[in-house]
Amino acid sequence: MPIPVAYSVRNLWARKFTTALTAGGMALVVFVFTAVMMLDAGLKKTLVATGQPNNILVTRRSSGTEIQSGVARAQAAIIESQPEIAIGPGGVRMASKEVVVLITQPKRNTGVPTNVTVRGVGLQGLTLRPQIRVISGRMFRPDSAEIAVGRSIAERFNGTGIGERLRFGGRDWTVVGVFDAGGSAFDSEVWGDGEQMIQAFRRTAFSSVAARLADPSRFDALKPRLESDPRLTLDVKREQTFYEEQSQVMSNFISYLGLTLSVIFSVGAMIGAMITMYAAVATRTSEIGVLRALGFRRGSILAAFLVEALFLGLAGWVVGLALASMMQLVQISTMNWQSFSELAFRFTLTPEIVWKSLVFALVMGLAGGFLPAIRAARLKIVDALRAA
Amino acid sequence: MQFLKLVLRNALRHRLRTVLTLLGLVVAILSFGLLQTVVSAWYAGAEGAAPTRLVTRNAISLVFALPLSYRDQIRAVDGVRAVSHATWFAGIYQDPKNFFPQFAIEPRTYLAMYPEYLVAPQEFAAFLRDRKGAIIGRKIAGTYHLKVGDVLPLRGTIYPGTWEFTVRTIYDGVDAKTDTSQMFFHWEYLNETMKKRSRSHADQVGVYVVDVADADRVAEVSHAVDALFKNSLAETLTETERAFQIGFVKQTEALVVAIQIVSYIVIVIILAVMANTMAMTARERLAEYATLKVLGFSPVYIAALILGESVAIAAIGAAIGIALTFPVSDWFAAQVGTLFPVFKVSGETVILQVLCALGVGVVAAIAPGRRAATVKIAEGLRAIR
Repeated sequence: MPIPVAYSVRNLWARKFTTALTAGGMALVVFVFTAVMMLDAGLKKTLVATGQPNNILVTRRSSGTEIQSGVARAQAAIIESQPEIAIGPGGVRMASKEVVVLITQPKRNTGVPTNVTVRGVGLQGLTLRPQIRVISGRMFRPDSAEIAVGRSIAERFNGTGIGERLRFGGRDWTVVGVFDAGGSAFDSEVWGDGEQMIQAFRRTAFSSVAARLADPSRFDALKPRLESDPRLTLDVKREQTFYEEQSQVMSNFISYLGLTLSVIFSVGAMIGAMITMYAAVATRTSEIGVLRALGFRRGSILAAFLVEALFLGLAGWVVGLALASMMQLVQISTMNWQSFSELAFRFTLTPEIVWKSLVFALVMGLAGGFLPAIRAARLKIVDALRAA
Repeated sequence: MQFLKLVLRNALRHRLRTVLTLLGLVVAILSFGLLQTVVSAWYAGAEGAAPTRLVTRNAISLVFALPLSYRDQIRAVDGVRAVSHATWFAGIYQDPKNFFPQFAIEPRTYLAMYPEYLVAPQEFAAFLRDRKGAIIGRKIAGTYHLKVGDVLPLRGTIYPGTWEFTVRTIYDGVDAKTDTSQMFFHWEYLNETMKKRSRSHADQVGVYVVDVADADRVAEVSHAVDALFKNSLAETLTETERAFQIGFVKQTEALVVAIQIVSYIVIVIILAVMANTMAMTARERLAEYATLKVLGFSPVYIAALILGESVAIAAIGAAIGIALTFPVSDWFAAQVGTLFPVFKVSGETVILQVLCALGVGVVAAIAPGRRAATVKIAEGLRAIR
């Protein structure tokens, strides 16, 4: 017959101060663990959401980023004319030749000069990205010196309000609208007309070509053909894959650092739990003796103390997760090392993170309570009763 | 003397608990030290910058190059002692994760401007003779086991193709703060190749490095340089090397701030553990403290006993933690290789570690100390553990 769970819970309640400190320590560890995973999830979500499943992105071979890439006009024309590329209303090819560059712009609160991505798109650039909606003002007109800015840019940078002018490439560009790109990386970009920009920046080549496939399954036929074409020396990727790869370096850094920290910190929290549980066993020696005398088995005593430690972990998880979920309100913006440009993303809580952190907290509690519980279970009845 | 003896005896009474607390402290102080070192490694590039060196780049952003013709115009500016240039190459050595910076430079003028990079004169002469030669830092050589004479192939991301270099010399830093994780090679090699491949990319350089004769005239010279190219096809932005480096750090500041916050969270975690230990200890000994009061010891003395014990444990934990920080950070630096150019535990970090440990020791003793000092004798003697 097991000892009621209520016994374990009430024991925790009886020493509120100690329980609060121990669970508080665990809560902080759970917080760090969860927050780091949320950061990583947010980064990936932002970059994956940037790509559309049926779009492809073509860049120069092994350039890695659009900024380092270059696609000559002749090459772009070859890509556009591939039979796999979808044809839109009016018979236009669903492809956008794009110019992607960085400009340096001061941030609003701090004045820190920051690299901002400027993208000049073709006529189909907006149709290819249906996630983009104008939230104020209007979209830029083709063949004009007008630009529209993503919402993260509008919130964070000087001179990006509607009607204001940005100066780059030797001319002024008027901001005519702010768009929302559904939490994708485009939210941190400035968009304008591709042909205007290629001239302003005195480029002879585009940076990349984005295109819609008529049938996404034809990708496997298109990719080897284009990549083996001697005129091209280009990389062909699904847009989603391309942006996912942009998150790799940063994501690896965050998850390695986070994992190392969580493991190290959890050692501290487990030690805290161990101290508490050893004290709990020591002060309750006579109680254990009585319970054993009443006929409870060693296994039941072991279970009772393990349950108590698990509850400590559980309390830490609840508080830690609550703290971490508040981080969802926080938006982080930093330079993505791969593209060298500003990227804004949010802490994102996913169901996977919730259960991972629960397992983590329970394992911490269990590991902290295991040795003390064994000590409690191994006490001899006579010795335990005499301790009173 | 009597007091110290009591404190030590008390600390050792509950061996297991003290050892566990110490272990927690060591882990916390150690990880705090490592995190602080990571943060200072972030700023290492800016630390090593000389006050008289300016960097001139394209005003739009670093992605845009500057024409070679600017070199002579900048040199003619009053107050400029020397001009050199460097071009970011962004090549990949074997795997993208093997990151180290590579610059195409004008070798004679560039290295003359950086006296902190030490090269053997004979090897340097060999480098000058070999157009495909390269100079690499000691840290790159160590991380990727390269030696003089080895071939170093890089896959270009900005400049397509595979580029082969021969390591001609390995430079050392003048002190531990010098970045020895960079690679330099002849800009001429890059330029000749670009001339053949795409004329529009030829005769372009990434940034100009300007050496100013007088540190007081740095601001004046940087304005003069930018004024020179105002309204030209490539307007420039000139700033001190330090500001230029800080510019990079600032853009990833969110991560630095996160690491800073996390490093203090670990201190709070250990504070909770330590406060718990002291609270339990004091609660168990309440009857003893009451007895001491009966014997005539003042409440202040009793509070001091608890404080002394707490600080003593914290101090021992801190000492072990700090002692471990050095070997562990050396090991860490060897693991991450060229990712952090300079990874050294600074004096400031050690001071912060000491302060944090003392703070934890003192704060953990406050609540239990007050309780023990103010408890009524009769109540204390009756207290159940």
